[in-house]
Amino acid sequence: MKMKVIVTPKAAVLDPQGAAVREAMQHLGMPEVRSVRIGKYLEIEVDGDGPEMEPRLHQLCRDLLSNPVIEDYDLSKAAGKSA
Amino acid sequence: MKFAVIQFPGSNCDQDCTAAINDLPGASAKFVWHKESSLEGYDAIVLPGGFSYGDYLRCGAIARFSPIMRTVQKEAAAGKLVIGVCNGFQILCEAGLLPGALVRNRLLRFVCDMATTRVEVDDSPFTLGLPKGTLLRLPVAHGEGCFFAKTSTLRELNDGRQVLLRYVDHHGEVTAASNPNGSVENIAGICNRERNVFGLMPHPDRASEARLGSTDGAKIFQSMMQAMAGQHAEAA
Repeated sequence: MKMKVIVTPKAAVLDPQGAAVREAMQHLGMPEVRSVRIGKYLEIEVDGDGPEMEPRLHQLCRDLLSNPVIEDYDLSKAAGKSA
Repeated sequence: MKFAVIQFPGSNCDQDCTAAINDLPGASAKFVWHKESSLEGYDAIVLPGGFSYGDYLRCGAIARFSPIMRTVQKEAAAGKLVIGVCNGFQILCEAGLLPGALVRNRLLRFVCDMATTRVEVDDSPFTLGLPKGTLLRLPVAHGEGCFFAKTSTLRELNDGRQVLLRYVDHHGEVTAASNPNGSVENIAGICNRERNVFGLMPHPDRASEARLGSTDGAKIFQSMMQAMAGQHAEAA
């Protein structure tokens, strides 16, 4: 089973990287860009795909892959078969 | 007084911490590898600065799961003094031993500078003998030292007098210019509600000898020793 996790900074958390990229985009001819938030994308391949996998992965998303104080995460199945 | 200095893969201030502590009369510091599980015989625990696990994922995110951290959690819950410096502070936050989190510096630059910090609370085990308002000159060196906590957590920190150090200017005033990383309310160091776990971004270990430009850092380790001596006296 192939899963994907997207980790994003919470709205209340300053994202200076996103702000710097937004400025660069504006300078490069797209003044319409209002906001950029930078997060992380993880692809995870797991052996097996039983129903008990997802709660365990959610647990790991909370404990390790994201920090709930500053980040939100989204866990979903990735399209395609794992190699 | 025996200090355990935990070595994670990527710690790089373990030597600084050990040298600073060993210079204090009556104190001795020893390295403890992160794969160990016992901290028996130690009076206090130091999580040093550095880049544990290469700062992969988030600073401190992987180190918090090192085997020794279970014991650190236990010892902290039992009331033992724990101090985390820089990456050590990040690990303590990731481990949930301290509230809040440390994120990328507001100006995106790694800051390496001398900071002036102000003691906010003079009765914590880490600031004994340092009257409120005392200025400590301590170096900072970090890329992710911007302290963040949600409003309700900040209120708890202030109400509980858990903010021990703030970044200030030479006059002791909290100003935007004296904030090296964009931390909320210029927070440089906090302790837990029980007041035995302390995390700070500035390096007391790098300010414990006159030839390093400041000896203010030694005062924090001395305070810990004084607090532990008090505990021992009470127990006896």
